[in-house]
Amino acid sequence: METQAYLVVATLIFLIGATGFLVRRNILVLFMSIELMLNGAAMLFVTFARQWQQMDGHVMVFFIIALAAAEAAVGLSILIAVFRLRHRVNVDELTELKG
Amino acid sequence: MEKTLFLILSTVAVVGALVTITRKNPLGSAIALIVTFVALSGLYFTLDAAFVGALQVLVYAGAIMVLVVFVIMLLNLPEGELEEERIPPRRWALAFFSVVPLGFLCIAQILSATPPAKTPVAPSFGSVAGVGRLLFGDYLLQFEVVSLLLLVAIVGAIVMAKKKL
Repeated sequence: METQAYLVVATLIFLIGATGFLVRRNILVLFMSIELMLNGAAMLFVTFARQWQQMDGHVMVFFIIALAAAEAAVGLSILIAVFRLRHRVNVDELTELKG
Repeated sequence: MEKTLFLILSTVAVVGALVTITRKNPLGSAIALIVTFVALSGLYFTLDAAFVGALQVLVYAGAIMVLVVFVIMLLNLPEGELEEERIPPRRWALAFFSVVPLGFLCIAQILSATPPAKTPVAPSFGSVAGVGRLLFGDYLLQFEVVSLLLLVAIVGAIVMAKKKL
């Protein structure tokens, strides 16, 4: 398949993740929307790596995956700590840190 | 053959992403997200990125999603908590009007470009040896910085999970 088809799929996945992040209020689903956006960006890197035959894009995806793993560890432990205090997963009800 | 494979994998990936953001139960979202990740890994293999494709299944669909599913189980959400989330149409409209113009701009830009035709790749393209040579050569400093990031994440996770902060 030509490069553009892959780019469109990557863009769609990023946009679906962005929509989920704007629409949903469950903190777990927000976390998964961020993962979707990261994957959309990663797929752009892989597509352009194939187009220009430069493996630097693969190295970037390696870094993105490491970043996502770090984010998952810290983000989910924050989630557990908040849930232990408040027993809520709806971000509209977790406004103590706001302003 | 390649075209059919691409169509199947990309459809599965996009539908899985849509299911992820629309399920009320976060466990359903997590399962759909795993399906999306596996489909994306297949797309990476069609782009001759064997190492990254394997990493996607191992780390993303394996480690990260196991962590998410484990946390969902640990929270043991009461039924009422899930019912409370009803998305008002106003919020859908706001998201629609912010995401659709962005998507229109991106996709119009992509379709207007005319990249040169793909050429066949060398057998070492995307292999573990090829990526590894780059990772421990040109990107050695960045690789070490990532190890620092993972260390910070480990310490952060332990501090956050402690009973008394």
